[in-house]
Amino acid sequence: MRQEKINEMSMKLPSRSVNEGMARAAVAAFCSQLDPDASEVADIKCAVSEAVTNCIVHGYKNEIGIIYITVSLYADRTIKIEIRDRGRGIEDVKKAREPLYTTDAENERSGMGFTVMESFCDKVRVVSQCGKGTKVVLCKRLRKR
Amino acid sequence: MIKGDTELKSEKDNEEEKGYSLTETEDELVIILGGEIDHHRALKIRVNIDTEIAERRPKKLVMELSRINFMDSSGLGLIMGRYSKMQVLGGEFVLREPCEGVMRIIRLAGLDKIIKVEKSENEKESNKNEARKNK
Repeated sequence: MRQEKINEMSMKLPSRSVNEGMARAAVAAFCSQLDPDASEVADIKCAVSEAVTNCIVHGYKNEIGIIYITVSLYADRTIKIEIRDRGRGIEDVKKAREPLYTTDAENERSGMGFTVMESFCDKVRVVSQCGKGTKVVLCKRLRKR
Repeated sequence: MIKGDTELKSEKDNEEEKGYSLTETEDELVIILGGEIDHHRALKIRVNIDTEIAERRPKKLVMELSRINFMDSSGLGLIMGRYSKMQVLGGEFVLREPCEGVMRIIRLAGLDKIIKVEKSENEKESNKNEARKNK
């Protein structure tokens, strides 16, 4: 049975790199209602930062578009974070998720973005369509307090 | 030499401008990073450090990480890039005192297997004790 959703927040912001810090701080602030511990907050911030950076660097490469973020909190202390762009999309999602795989080595992208998301969250879902955009859904269940 | 107020101020402005502060001895060039290292900041820091390397040609480059309170994979790119740069120049490259959060992501990428990481946990512990005693 699906857990009861107890709160939800949405925001949208232009894909300017200066917004990366604001995006992860806003998501972390909203999640603080569930009273996560310090390491869980750090995990969430890092995973969000990776997904948002992907929208900026890849989704909206050479253009400024809108990044949509929705955060849902559930009664069982699960956090669901949806980060979506309407950019170029990913040709090969499976390949993109491989550690150290990058299409932007010249700009020193490490290719660790998805690996970081996967190891700091419980579940990462990626839906992408070329020319239409990419949606990343991060799920993390907080420990009982 | 005691520095005047104006000199101190300009040094601080300089730090904000570049994204890090730095100390240089005969043996090593130490880049002291602080705050949040993400894609936005890494871009600027990278360009500035590379200018520093080109101008000073250090035998050893140290990236001091203890003051960082957030780092994502953009920081890994920044570290790897400077490491390769120093490899090409035949110099030494060291990471110093990463906090646990930063160390986690360094380990995740396996960077600790190729790059020397200096930690001074004992030193920190003894400093803490020292501070307690002085209270």
